[in-house]
Amino acid sequence: MAIVVDTETRLVVQGLTGSEGRFHGLRNRSHGTNVVAGVTPGKGGQDVEGIPVFDTVATAMEETGANASMIFVPAPFATDAMYEAVDAGIRTVVCITEGVPAHEMLRIHAYLRYRDVVLVGPNCPGVLSPGKANVGIIPAEIFREGSVGLVSRSGTLTYQIGHELTQLGLGNSTIVGIGGDPVVGTSFVDVLALFEADPQTEQVVIVGEIGGDEEEKAAAFIEAELSKPVVAYIAGFTAPPGKTMGHAGAIISGSAGTAQGKKEALEAKGIRVGTTPTETAQLVAELARG
Amino acid sequence: MADSRICARDTLAGAVDLYEYQGKELFRRYGIPVSNGMLATSPAEARTAAQELGPPVVVKAQVLTGGRGKAGGIKLADTAVDAEARAKEILGMDIRGHVVSKLWIEKASDIAREYYLSLTFDRSARKPLFMFTTQGGIDIEEVARTSPDALVRLHVDPLAGFQPWHARRLVYDGGVEDPGEQKQIAAIAGKLFEAFVGCEAMLCEINPLIVTPHGEVRALDSKFTVDDNALFRRPELAEMRDLAAADPLEALAREKGVTYVKLDGEVGVLGNGAGLTMSTVDVVTFVGGRPANFCDLGGGGDARGVVDALEVITRDPQVRAIFFNVFGGITRCDEVARGILQAVEQMGIEEPIVVRLDGTNAEEGRRILRDSGIQNLHAEATMLDGARRAVELAAG
Repeated sequence: MAIVVDTETRLVVQGLTGSEGRFHGLRNRSHGTNVVAGVTPGKGGQDVEGIPVFDTVATAMEETGANASMIFVPAPFATDAMYEAVDAGIRTVVCITEGVPAHEMLRIHAYLRYRDVVLVGPNCPGVLSPGKANVGIIPAEIFREGSVGLVSRSGTLTYQIGHELTQLGLGNSTIVGIGGDPVVGTSFVDVLALFEADPQTEQVVIVGEIGGDEEEKAAAFIEAELSKPVVAYIAGFTAPPGKTMGHAGAIISGSAGTAQGKKEALEAKGIRVGTTPTETAQLVAELARG
Repeated sequence: MADSRICARDTLAGAVDLYEYQGKELFRRYGIPVSNGMLATSPAEARTAAQELGPPVVVKAQVLTGGRGKAGGIKLADTAVDAEARAKEILGMDIRGHVVSKLWIEKASDIAREYYLSLTFDRSARKPLFMFTTQGGIDIEEVARTSPDALVRLHVDPLAGFQPWHARRLVYDGGVEDPGEQKQIAAIAGKLFEAFVGCEAMLCEINPLIVTPHGEVRALDSKFTVDDNALFRRPELAEMRDLAAADPLEALAREKGVTYVKLDGEVGVLGNGAGLTMSTVDVVTFVGGRPANFCDLGGGGDARGVVDALEVITRDPQVRAIFFNVFGGITRCDEVARGILQAVEQMGIEEPIVVRLDGTNAEEGRRILRDSGIQNLHAEATMLDGARRAVELAAG
């Protein structure tokens, strides 16, 4: 099983002919992802190391049966690419692009509300189901297949925790980087629901950070809906208010969105919160050992 | 990263605060009534402005922080000479770490009532949120806490946009009884929404929204924050950003394309990726140290980026030791190691540098550091050990 991407994934890369799209598209293919097509307007008919390129997503779908898209186009064109993929009928869209205007994301989020689409990102490292498919920029080498579901707002912090899990002999069902922007397509709660339904996933780690209230919503959802044990980690305890800490969404507004507030919300629902990435991995290992 | 437009930050993400006078200029463009005013950067200019506007005027410090009034940054002047004197007092004043270099001289208003109207980017609901209350002029969080019923909160669907009923709900639920006021506030609400969407704002706040004794409704203050990520297509807003207002080190970092936030400690922190860097800052604190900064190399982390980042970090005189925490995914540790050597050689950095490299090409990176023979480089195997070592070195 695993979630979002797996062996059934037939990936089209929007922006495959750009340097990053090419690099990561081919890298994903070398990790076993079935990359069936690329899309770059004006470059239809070309190919990237054997991967056919089309002018539109709709044609790419017709010709190759693509069922998932990874977006690697610059921010000014990223929203257009998301709408194009969704309107062509793609049901799984992973947008890596950083710097998408927040108002655009409000509209896309509203547009997707009644559509059966999973949009991961933007400003995210993507989704990796070890041994099955890698869609995005997560370095697959440092993860192994297993039963821990990992969902995070951050990229490298996820690698750090994944690495610590690997060293403790634990593997992952799926790693989902939901992205560091204020509004992203898929929230913690969305991913938690998918992990709950996934037979491969036995424990879940959520990696949050300052800003917004998605961790608080996750805490309430875990208490109400999750049968699987969850461990959390929150970054940004020492972040000053009003400063954007790297991610557009990582900002404490007034007294809202602090790491301490999130930790307390999670702990109030009985969820253990690791103090460091190392301790977080150890907590997961304790759970796994029963 | 090869293509800087996708993942590296050519614009540093976040919200951009505008000055009151800039927000009011935007209000004026969108048809929201404001009082006449002029910008002044010297007492003489303040006097000229007061003469042209016609006293009495209000002399208002332009700073990107709250609490100006309490700090003495807003003064009434009955004459032009008086305005000059008030300007002399306020210019150069330090308001919560912001030094006043600009004044907004505005024609004084007679106030009968003070209301509050704002639109915020509600990331939790993922919709714009209107807030309105007739208890204006004070801190809105205070109103929300003490008399929540007096505060009207109303979301707008991002696809359907503003509809006239939104304005009706605001004024009726807010308890505005005068039909003239109702009409003016409704019109202002619609225009505020246009400004919010048109400028891709994260916040548009009018506090207070005043009613004059003649029944005119006007914006007496403005708080306007726009989305950094949208500035590429809003050049008129991009120009409004005041780079000089930031902390000098933060301004230097922005110039060099380094994501940097100044903190108040001795351990310089450098990581790759926002989450890992935040976590590194936390871990330094957790093991008993005080981080001097947050500095994110970003996804790329090539040698040039490392040199730029170290230049910013070492410019801070408080820094006693540096902790480099890199988990290579896309970032290659050998590349980071070369950047560190280059920076140490070029800049003659004397502070101890603790380096923890893991992930892609970590072995190679560690070997490069080891073979360099540089005395102040200290390699540590884990994030936790690296943090401990850096804290020890900063103390000793």
